[in-house]
Amino acid sequence: MSPVSKSAAAIAAARAEGRPALICYLPAGFPDVQGTIDAAVAMAENGADIIEVGIPYSDPVMDGSVIQAATVQSLAQGFKVAQVFDIVKGITERCSATVMIMTYWNPVLRMGVDEFSRRLAEAGGAGLITPDLVPDEAAEWMEASDKYGLDRVFLVAPSSTEARMKATVDASRGFVYCVSVMGVTGARAEVSDAAAAVVAAAHAAGAENACVGLGVSARKHVEEIGAYSDGVIVGTALVAALRDGGVDAVAKLTAELSGRAVNA
Amino acid sequence: MNPMTGDPDQGGSKPASAPSHSLRHAAGPYFGDYGGRWMPESLIAAMDELNETFEAAKADPEFIAQVKDLNKNYSGRPSLLTEAKRFSEAAGGVRVFLKREDLNHTGSHKINNVLGQALLAKRMGKTRIIAETGAGQHGVASATAAALMGLECVVYMGAEDTRRQALNVARMQLLGATVIPVTAGSQTLKDAINEALRDWVANVGTTHYLLGTAAGGHPFPAMVRYFHEVIGEEAREQIIAQAGRLPDAVAACIGGGSNAIGIFHGFLDDADVELYGFEAGGDGIDTPRHAATITLGRPGVLHGAKSYLMQDDDGQTIESHSISAGLDYPGVGPEHAYLADIGRVHYEPITDTEAMDAFSLLCRTEGIIPAIESSHALAGVLKIAERKIAAGAVPKETIIIANLSGRGDKDVGTAAEWFNLIDTEKDAK
Repeated sequence: MSPVSKSAAAIAAARAEGRPALICYLPAGFPDVQGTIDAAVAMAENGADIIEVGIPYSDPVMDGSVIQAATVQSLAQGFKVAQVFDIVKGITERCSATVMIMTYWNPVLRMGVDEFSRRLAEAGGAGLITPDLVPDEAAEWMEASDKYGLDRVFLVAPSSTEARMKATVDASRGFVYCVSVMGVTGARAEVSDAAAAVVAAAHAAGAENACVGLGVSARKHVEEIGAYSDGVIVGTALVAALRDGGVDAVAKLTAELSGRAVNA
Repeated sequence: MNPMTGDPDQGGSKPASAPSHSLRHAAGPYFGDYGGRWMPESLIAAMDELNETFEAAKADPEFIAQVKDLNKNYSGRPSLLTEAKRFSEAAGGVRVFLKREDLNHTGSHKINNVLGQALLAKRMGKTRIIAETGAGQHGVASATAAALMGLECVVYMGAEDTRRQALNVARMQLLGATVIPVTAGSQTLKDAINEALRDWVANVGTTHYLLGTAAGGHPFPAMVRYFHEVIGEEAREQIIAQAGRLPDAVAACIGGGSNAIGIFHGFLDDADVELYGFEAGGDGIDTPRHAATITLGRPGVLHGAKSYLMQDDDGQTIESHSISAGLDYPGVGPEHAYLADIGRVHYEPITDTEAMDAFSLLCRTEGIIPAIESSHALAGVLKIAERKIAAGAVPKETIIIANLSGRGDKDVGTAAEWFNLIDTEKDAK
């Protein structure tokens, strides 16, 4: 993995402190644009190493009902894709957390892969997490991410073959996103045993950083998964907290996830 | 060669006008710049397994015999090619032939694909199939195949469509399927596909996603076409037998495009045969309420394939509209996008009103109630005929085949409402 990677640096810093990186997701424009920035900053101040800002999309096939409801609300309020760059800039100006965008691919294609990448880099973003783009179709993105020095985080799953695991790890920069379970986003009581196997396979394929997402919602998951992975990704639980209790609830849950006292 | 149909296209009997590069058997994953696999990694292994199973099955005489047997003795193939003489009079006297997919078991072309895919599901050892449906045709066909082969079946259907097509919901339930109304998004076909994909990701070990149209990631577009190729191959043989020559034009309706790609397949390499795909123009393409994906859409990715797509400047999918639930889809199969770009097939919109006028015309001239989907093709035939006559063609020497992809039993409620045959005031009391 490239030494210039911002997300790899954030994960390395966490590792130096003897803990897994904490990666926190929230959808852009939820509850509104300023609210996204405020919540993200609260995450950073309470232990998030990497903030993952999701672009609301009309056809989110990898998302469960909580994230769907939040992104539907954002779109209904008139969210436009270009506003995600304002959000990234707003967050990076107020805290030192690494900020990535998670996006389904069509909004990027529509804007143009090069233009999207240029604007993300200008806003201070670290790269993209792409749930419905596999390296097989990513030639344009590989080129643009090299040109603008952006991380490209592809997903690997319990169903990934050894050959695909290797190809995906090779194509990724920053970290690889290990899907813990065959399913969509959503908090689960227990994180599947499959996660450890996916992380082991990613490491065996040469991944320096393998982070686990899907179903992670509590401190015990962070401890459990942190024992064998390089980072833990939390989404739905934080979105539900933001929905129900606003920024304060996000701060509290992030602190709990990171094992710290709340920094309000 | 498609051994399922005995199509001799790779033998010595190629049509004289065939281009050196055949368009008929494009294998995917790409059709020009379109197609591919724009989808989550979690599903790639299942797509690979499906592709391997499909490729092995195509080369297996036992599989081919099974499909042929089901087509003949279960679906009732070959479907007829009927010359529509009184409809022809209304079309200025050109000779119109109807490829009667409406006569298949379950009432549409959809059965061709579901039987093939259900056999593949069994070969993969899957015990459960899931499907999306708009009008209910594909859902009914899937439920039918599942009942026939002893598979569990779950059908996702937009909540709005379950109301528009209540009778088909009951039909699926009678066949033992579970119908799940989808309340997300626009509550129509695209959202049903999203929900089916979410189910598939979670249950891919036991479940085959029986996609109903020639869209989606590889191998779906090429595979769904394969099972529908029989339509075009029969039609080509039948028109030669009945009219003594190839037609001047072939017309089909296009939602995702499975019936169209099936009939076009028979004629793609006959350069003198014009091919027309008729999209749902809804209230008109100068309004926001239509589903004219190729006419007005732009390339993008949806549901696993790159193709034309109805989308806004942000890449968000635009909700489509059509009186026909089966055409109410903002995407289209990638092979059609390619055929549009190279100019081999002409794609045009037909409004709800034009489609319903053609629906009524066929009912009254031929005693055939067509599906509203197929009525778009019939309306298209009237336009092609008018243009050909205006350009000097001799009507009785002009031959057009329309793919009558389904029957209209399911649409009687919609049509009765459209033509004011139901006294709503009285019903309200």
